Parts: sequence; C-alpha cells; structure tokens
Amino acid sequence: MTTRLTGAPVQRTEDRRLLTGAGRFVDDVQVGPQTLHAAVLRSPHAHARIVDIDVDAVLDLEGVHLVWTHEDLAGVSAPLAEPLPLLIPHPALTHGRTQHALARDEVNHVGEAVAFVVADDRYVAEDAVARIRVTWEVLEPVVGLEQARAGERLVHDDVPGNVGARLEQGTADAEQMAAALEAAPHRLALDLEVERSACTPLEGRGTVARWDPDSDRLQVWTSTQTSTGVRAAVAARLGLDLGQVDVITPDVGGGFGVKINHPWPEELLVPAAARVLGRVVKFTEDRREHFVSSAHERGQLQHVEVGFDDEGRLLALDVEFWHDHGAYTPYGLIVPIITSTQLLGPYKPQLYRVVFESLYTNTTMVTPYRGAGRPQGCYAMERTMDAIAAHLGRDRTEVRAANFIQPDEFPYDQGLVFQDGRELEYDSGDYPALLEKAKALVGWDEFETFRAEMAAEGRRVGIGLACYVEGTGVGPYEGAHVHVETSGKVKVATGLTTQGQGHQTVFAQLVADELGCRFEDVEVVTGDTRRMPYAVGTFASRAAVMSGSAIHLAAKRTKEKALRIAADALEADEADLEIVEGSVRVKGSPGSAIDLGTVAVLSNPLRYAFDEASKAATQFSVGDPGRPPVAEDDEPGLEGKDFYSPERATFASGIHAVVVETDPDTAEVTILKYAVVHDCGTLVNPMIVEGQIHGGVAQGVAGALFERMAYDESGQLLNASFMDFLMPYVTEVPDGIDIDHQETPSPLNPLGIKGAGEAGVIPSAAVFAAAIEDAEGIRVTRMPMSPSDLFHLRTDQRQEPTS
Amino acid sequence: MSAEEPHEVHLVVNGTTYDVQVPARRLLSDALRHDLGLTGTHVGCEHGVCGACTVLLDGRPVRACLLLAVTVDGHEVTTVEGLAGPDGTLSAVQEGFRQCHGLQCGFCTPGFLTTVTAGLRENPDPTHEEAREMVAGNLCRCTGYQNIVRAVERAAELGREQA
Ligand code: FES
Ligand code: FES
Repeated sequence: MTTRLTGAPVQRTEDRRLLTGAGRFVDDVQVGPQTLHAAVLRSPHAHARIVDIDVDAVLDLEGVHLVWTHEDLAGVSAPLAEPLPLLIPHPALTHGRTQHALARDEVNHVGEAVAFVVADDRYVAEDAVARIRVTWEVLEPVVGLEQARAGERLVHDDVPGNVGARLEQGTADAEQMAAALEAAPHRLALDLEVERSACTPLEGRGTVARWDPDSDRLQVWTSTQTSTGVRAAVAARLGLDLGQVDVITPDVGGGFGVKINHPWPEELLVPAAARVLGRVVKFTEDRREHFVSSAHERGQLQHVEVGFDDEGRLLALDVEFWHDHGAYTPYGLIVPIITSTQLLGPYKPQLYRVVFESLYTNTTMVTPYRGAGRPQGCYAMERTMDAIAAHLGRDRTEVRAANFIQPDEFPYDQGLVFQDGRELEYDSGDYPALLEKAKALVGWDEFETFRAEMAAEGRRVGIGLACYVEGTGVGPYEGAHVHVETSGKVKVATGLTTQGQGHQTVFAQLVADELGCRFEDVEVVTGDTRRMPYAVGTFASRAAVMSGSAIHLAAKRTKEKALRIAADALEADEADLEIVEGSVRVKGSPGSAIDLGTVAVLSNPLRYAFDEASKAATQFSVGDPGRPPVAEDDEPGLEGKDFYSPERATFASGIHAVVVETDPDTAEVTILKYAVVHDCGTLVNPMIVEGQIHGGVAQGVAGALFERMAYDESGQLLNASFMDFLMPYVTEVPDGIDIDHQETPSPLNPLGIKGAGEAGVIPSAAVFAAAIEDAEGIRVTRMPMSPSDLFHLRTDQRQEPTS
Repeated sequence: MSAEEPHEVHLVVNGTTYDVQVPARRLLSDALRHDLGLTGTHVGCEHGVCGACTVLLDGRPVRACLLLAVTVDGHEVTTVEGLAGPDGTLSAVQEGFRQCHGLQCGFCTPGFLTTVTAGLRENPDPTHEEAREMVAGNLCRCTGYQNIVRAVERAAELGREQA
C-alpha cells in the first residue's frame, strides 16, 4: 500500500530547478540580442498638469525603436487610450477613478506612467527617457488622510471631498447603536492609526511579449497573480479576440498581493509594441519604479466606540474608519470592505455597525497586500479588547474568551456582506481550543513570574496576544485538467498562478492520493492560459481551497474513467479494482494488473500504430466491430476536467502571541518569543504551511516595527529604495517561531481545506502594539512602532498631565 | 548619435571562457544574464542591497549589480549555475536548502547559495549565531529566514560529512 501524502511534509518538486539557476522568471524569457527593451518616463510630481511633451530629442537616438505618449495610443487601438479598467466595481464606489496606460493631461502621483520607449537595450531606453521634455503645471498635492479628509484640495476635480466611496453596514443603524452605547454599563472610545507599507516582492513586475504573424497570435509572459485576467484585459484593450492571446506566467518571484492588480500599463504597452514592431519586447521594472508605480496598502485612521458589560462582553461596537486609497481605485473597495467585515474576528458582538470612507490622495495607489485589510481590522478589534481588559482590570485572554463564538454555534452568520458579495458566514472553528493552545505555547500564565525576574535585572518585558479569523478560499471558481499520458506520466493543469507557495508539490500530492499514481509521475502546470483558460487567480489564500478542490475532483473523474476502461481490459468488476503506484489491479490479487499508461493507450482508439504500445489500441486489436470505437457519451483519452465553485468563503482562524523586551534607553524592541497557533482546516503539507507562516510573520514584524512609506508634504516618497525602506533581514525577524496547528475541516469543500497564505501577517500590528504597551505601560495607538517612534511616544505620554 | 564604443571582455564563468563585446557601462549582472544567457543570477534592487545578484569573484562573494563587466576581465566568476557537480549532483549548500525548505519563490535563492558557499568555505562549522550572520546581508521576502538559517546549518553538516 502507498502511504497517503495529504498531511505529510513532502519535499518540494520545484526546488531543483530553482536551486541550480534553471528557474524561469519573466526577465529570463527570451534574453538575447533580438529582444527589445522598454523603459517608462514617470511623473516626478505628485500632482500636475501636462502642458506639453516633446519627444523630438529621442527620435534621433540610435537604437530607439518607438516612443509613445498618450496621444499615440488611440492610433494603436481605440480602447488603449481609455482609462484602465475598474476591475471590481461596487455600488458604493460612487467615484471610482483609474489611470490611463500613459497619463492624459494630468498626473496624480509620483511614478505615474507618462511616456513609453522601446530600444535595443534598457540602457539606451533609459537614455531616451531622460531626453523627453515635459512642461508641467505643478498643482498642490493631497498627501495623507488628514489632508484628504479636510477636502480643501482635491485629487480629482470631479470628486468632492476626495471621497471615492462611503459604505455602511452592520446589525444596527446609527440610532440603535447610539442607544445601545448609551445603555451599556461601560463605554470606551479609541482613535487608532495604521501606516502604509507595501508587498515589495524581490522580483518586481515584468512583461515580455511576442507577436507571431504566422499564426496571428500574441504570446505574453507576465509576472502576475492572474494570467486569465491579464489575457482578457490585453485582448480587450488591443482589440484582439481572446483566442488570439496566450498568457503564460512562469516562475514568479513573490507577489503578496501587488501582482493581482492588472493590467499594469506595461502589460498593455509591451504587447502593443511587440505587435507594432514585430519584435520581442520586454519590460522589467527597477526597484524604484516598483516603489512608486506599483501599489501599497494598510494606511487607515480608525475610530472605535464600544459598550460592554462587567465581563467585557461586547454589547455595542461602532467603528468608523478612513481608508487611504491613493490616487486610483482599480481594485475597487476590496481592502476597506475586508477591514470592515473581518474586524469582528472570532467574536460575536451583540450589535455592530461600521462605516468607512475611502479617500483619494496624490500617492501611489492602494491595492491588496498579503492580509488585504485584515491586519487593520484585527488591529482595531484587538486594541479594543486590550482596552476593555485594561478598563475592567481583567486578564486580556479572559475578556476575549467571554466574547468567542462557541464551537457548537457554527455555521455562524455575522450578519454582514463579505468582499465576494456573499453573507459573512463562518463555516467551522474552535476558538476556545485555539486560545488554550496559544496560552500554553507562549507561557501566558507564567508570564508575571518571568516579568518579575526580568524586572529584578532591570529589564522591561511585555506580552501581547491577538486573535483573528480570516475569510479564505473565495470564489468564483477554479478548474483543473488531469491527463494521463501513455507513458503513465500524469500532466495536471490549473489556471491560477504560483508565486512560491509550492503548488506543484501540494497539487501533485492531491493527485497522487486520489488517482493512485506515483507522486513522481505528476507534473503540474499553473498560470498558462494555453493549458487551462478558465481561472481566477492566486490571492486571498484561495489556491489550496479552490484549485486543490478542483484538482481533487478532476483526478477523481480521471480515476473513474481509468477504472471503467481497466475493468473491461481485466474482465473484472469496477468495484473490485484499485489503483496503487500507477497500476490498476484487482483488489487482493496484485498479479492481475494493468498500468495507468496502458489504460491511457486503450482509452484512445487509433488508426495508426506509431510505436509498440500504440499497436494495442489500433482498429484491428481492440473494440467491438458492432459499436462505434468511441461511444456516444465518451471521448478519447484518459483525462478528467472539473471545476470547483463554493457557495461562500471558508474561514481559517488563529492566534499570535509575542513576548518583547524594550530597551529603556534606545527604545529598541527585541522579540524574545513568537508563537502562532492556527487552524487552516486540513493540512495538505505542513512543511509548506509552516513556511507560509514564517514568511507572513516576517512581513508582519516588518510592518509592525519598521516599514512605512515616508511621503513628504509634496508627495515625494523619500524611501523608495531598499537602502531606505527597512525591509527585514534575518537580524530583524524572530530567531525561531513556535507553531501549533489545529484542524477543524471546512464542510464547504471535499478536502476540508481552508487557506493559510496570509495568516502569518494578520495579527502583527495588533500583537506588537499590545506587547509594547504591556512592557512600557503607555498607550500605543499608532503603528508601526520603530525605536524612534517609541522614544517619542515615551516623551509625549510622560509630558501629558495625569488625570 | 552613435552607439557606445564596445569593449572586448574575457569572462571566465563557471570554468568556461566567454569573449564578449560590451559597452563600458554594462553591469556584470546584465552581462551574465543578457550577454551570456546565464539567467540564474537575479536582480532584485540594482543598488547593492538585496544580495540576489551575488556571484563569486575569484571565490569571494560580490554584488554583480555593483560591478561593471569590463572590470572583471579575466577573473574567475562562479554563478549559481556553477555550484552543482558536473554530473548535476547538488552541492552541500544546495542540498541543505532543498532539505530544509529554505526557498519559496526562489528569486533570492541564487544569491543566498553563492553567499553561503563562500561563507562555509571560510567557516565550515558555524554556530547558530554565525549561521545567521552568514546570511545577514541578503534579503528574502518569502521565507522569514527561519528555514534559510536551518539550511545553512544543514549544509555545514552535509559539508562535514562529505569532507
Ligand atoms: S540586485 Fe544586486 S544587490 Fe540587489
Ligand atoms: S524565496 Fe522568495 S524572496 Fe526568498
């Protein structure tokens, strides 16, 4: 018997290529003298009108093949000159705005694309960009939420008050909420702030395109989280049929959300130029470009009003927040909607009301970053829990436990509408059990002893804990195709993309388990529209849930077909057959067996014999001459295709806890212990899940303690390089992360999986704010908290008169 | 406007000599990737901070994005493509990363592998702290470094077993 692979820490099949330099990232495609390279002129101003663009000095530069400004785009194809699509329209987004592929008349943030050059190499293309002369009329920018809210200056002339959207929902209206707050035995108000950060994958964005005049088709390689999305956008904007465009996503050097936004201007301009020039064209952005012209996330101001009883139970929770959307809203309201709905976490307030405004500023736009709005929601809720505990003088874990949804209350309907337009109904979970595990793992009950010991040495320590629930595996669907070759090798294709999450391994595990083939025989392809043209994308921890389920279902279909054909060949009953190690055999009598490869041969009636194996499937060797070789309800080939489309999202959950030490002089925060307990339903590969947690925690630590987007008042990003933006090295992350798993399978999919990709990052701001507050005995309401932030906070709060 | 004057450079990469014509301003990282087609060396920042482009120059780790190709004329360069044995056997460092899940997207990986290869040559038996220090100049956005440090320790172990 083979052992089941689901649940085992199987080593990754993708690694050999990546370890030997044989990975294929977008910039590795078509390197060579024939490839042309693109560079983009970007706005140096945060807000300005374009009076004139003079490209004359570029045209006589040797090696330049093409220069485009907005004026040129309509001549390439009419829709290319239109604003880029608003991908996720929402009725509340009353003033959605998107940029143009190349700015028309006005720019709204530093880094916005203004002109596009294609040349022999990137050096020459950059020389050319430097020669373009733009006459600007510089306008006053709106930088930061305070200025946006003031509404004295406008980002877009036709958007009053800079308000792109206002959305309210909840289980109470304003009047009911006011009454409930009034009636509550205790009441608190909190003002909170979270700064901007960004995904910053190590590989930036990149696109390569080739027009094939012989087959009238366009091939596009792009570093994206959605190949099918880019394909549809490219086809629509270049005036091509979908069937003329192939999009291939090779290895992707990290995404973390930023590569879900599409199409980027370059994803349209590069294919358009390739078609016009008849040459391969490539664009690879540099690091500074990534900082100013891709996307950021996280920036919010929050106001919480809460009413509660003596146990700390939430009677009324009223939240208002202001979301910094940057200059444009191509990805709609996904981020603030998630904040507003996922804020509740594992708790069940009697009444909840949330209202947010999404505001424009003259800064790089905001689209999802790993966690997508959840870190901010978790921060608001968990800061509130800590405040309640402090107010009542109770243990912080007790107050949380008093508010938990109980294990027998699932499915639990929070009475809200989630980001996918579906009801926010939690599928399964066990929060009290998670809390017990978290307390044990971090040593919650023993902490006061530890604190006293440390205090005796003159050291300051603090502990914090934060809970979250995460909607994962959102629809609409994913599909998969499983094909057994006559060699017995199994080719699997699914349309979503891969950015390092080990999909090739995890999906092969699922296929081997269901189909009964050898793990080593499975080859998985992701993100290639030629292999699976129907797909959504990789975001919101949906890959294992969605594609995993689809692959499982497709493997099941393949297995059914294999058994049916083998039953004929072996003259046995299907029910008596099993597939083990790639061989179909009669249960209990392994002697009578047939390889999957042979079954594949038999599945496809042939006219021609081209090798020894295929002889077995030709017209004179198989088939009943009284019947058609392929039955009416059948098709040739040993393959199966299926789709998975869930009613609603699954809900993973978890708790992080951290012990920190703060330096009394330098205000440096040292992490002494970091603990994670989490529940992502069935674990397919614990090694990979833990890797995802490690990466998430590092990004979370970075967001909580270091990373911020330092804009000056003129809208210049002052730290647009790795020199200045403090992305963590190994020295900044915890040395060791303690992890404990819990599995409450989801009833919504055949495997019981919930997603695990973002969990690591969600509670970080909350958990560090709590621990620093606990260590310092001063209120922490703004994150991130760098040593200098903490230093200033100490001075400020000490100066405040004590009441 | 005339094109830049090309310079003839002999690059000895992974034991093979390449004669290439490059303009004086061509970065070593670009020469390796675009002129020689050795795309294993990655570029993550082009300003010397991330370490993804690290190659070995006469055995010592250097940032290929901070060197001009013309300046390494005649020197020995080792890229990630040159780390495995001639028969394809993974080196101890590569094997350590594989066993310990020391990579996710794999974009930073070539720089870590070259850095650690040189590091372990100098210090084949690092303490846990030294293993952390060995990779402290390279950025990885995916792994949170936990398994990379484990991979360094495992690679040291494998190296000692092979020795
Ligand atoms: S690319 Fe050379 S150090 Fe980042
Ligand atoms: S594995 Fe992705 S950057 Fe390190």
